[in-house]
Amino acid sequence: MSGCVRIIIDGKSWPAMAGRPRQPVLGEIDLTIERGSFVVLTGPSGCGKSTLLNIVAGLDQDYSGKVSFDPPDPAMTYVFQSPRLLPWRTVFQNVALALPEGDPRVSEIPELLARVGLADAADVYPERLSLGMQRRAALARGFIGKPDVLLMDEPFVSLDDPTARGLRQLLTDLWRRRPTTVLFVTHDRGEAVMLGTRILRLDGTPATVASDTSVALAPAGRTNADAVLEEQRRIFGTT
Amino acid sequence: MQTASQSRLVWSLLSLAALLLLWEISSLLAASRLFPGPLVVLDTMLAEFQSGALAHHVGATLARVVVSFTVAMLIGSVIGLALGRSANADRFFDSWLIFFLNLPALVIIILCYVWFGLTETAAIIAVAVNKIPNVAVTVREGARALSRDLAEMAHMYRFGWWRTLRHVTLPQMAPFFAASARSGLALVWKIVLVVELLGRSNGVGHQLHVAFQLFDVPMIIAYAVAFIIVVQLVEIGLLQPLEARAGRWRR
Repeated sequence: MSGCVRIIIDGKSWPAMAGRPRQPVLGEIDLTIERGSFVVLTGPSGCGKSTLLNIVAGLDQDYSGKVSFDPPDPAMTYVFQSPRLLPWRTVFQNVALALPEGDPRVSEIPELLARVGLADAADVYPERLSLGMQRRAALARGFIGKPDVLLMDEPFVSLDDPTARGLRQLLTDLWRRRPTTVLFVTHDRGEAVMLGTRILRLDGTPATVASDTSVALAPAGRTNADAVLEEQRRIFGTT
Repeated sequence: MQTASQSRLVWSLLSLAALLLLWEISSLLAASRLFPGPLVVLDTMLAEFQSGALAHHVGATLARVVVSFTVAMLIGSVIGLALGRSANADRFFDSWLIFFLNLPALVIIILCYVWFGLTETAAIIAVAVNKIPNVAVTVREGARALSRDLAEMAHMYRFGWWRTLRHVTLPQMAPFFAASARSGLALVWKIVLVVELLGRSNGVGHQLHVAFQLFDVPMIIAYAVAFIIVVQLVEIGLLQPLEARAGRWRR
């Protein structure tokens, strides 16, 4: 499998505003992310993980550096930290809008909605759903287009344990079936070890890559709580 | 719910009946040709209706309202969206907007008739120009408040401009369009009458003008009442259902 995402950042800072001086967020970062790898970004709150994701997504152009994709222009989706659903469209319509007009994969939406536990909510407007259900609809929207690059910003936060576990399993399945490059932001170290093939820790002001570790867990070990805990200790040190 | 709206209807009918009664009594007390009661007005209205004059003039007014309202909404919305999206355009055109907002309706009407002649086009332009700044100001507020989160989402999921407009931008703008349509229609109705009075040979405004010269007060009130009924029908039959439909996703 060839191809990668290449991220070179010389620096990124927020412009001076309301009497506050210019604030550096990201320092020098040079990353090559292999195609099909599952990269987890961790680090303290506000250190710039989401900013890095926005830069990769192309939403934030105000930085010095360069993000390039090989092959270029991949199908990329982004599961944002907040659901960002269109409140005036039903759950089904929100997911369908992630596909190009007339895409036959619309027929796969009911099955996907069932897998995220929203089988009965397809025709409901998002504001009538709980935040957890809205998050799941946003996940379905991120998955339906079968992206080459999948960006996820704490997608499982505020979900109850069984739901989060089910959705992690769904994500893992999807990722195994297709060579998808995933960039996944989380604070949850267990989650990081369960899902990731590589864990990057950002830290400092401006933030740089403080550590870059491969996860040495076979697929079977990832569902084993003890194995996960042990790997977690190896990567993050004693908790 | 049903009983609440029913009791509201009963109250409205009662209060209307009270108004009519008060009107009839005071006209009897005044006993003047210049202050006719509701029955005299109703007679005049029926006569005008049977002769076909009422439908002709109300129809002409309605047509002018529809055309000038549509033109004003379209142009005003485009201007408002542009000003709301571009800070530079807003800074530059803001004073123009204030100028046109404060230009008296009568001045615009007179100038249009002077420049373009006593034509239908001049009449439509005059009404539209009066209304465009109001639409632009309201729509500009909406455009300023557009969600950046949703715009980014639409960009990520490759909506393209048409789907972004249809599914992201316009639904967010809907309350602002509705507000400007509401206040706009009320304004357009009134300005159309003035335009007709000053330079058209049909329409409710023209009829009022004729009746004024003859001091035909029953005729004036008959057309005014017919006009109110039409406005209310549009409001209840068209605007309110449209608004309910646009807001059905709300919790």
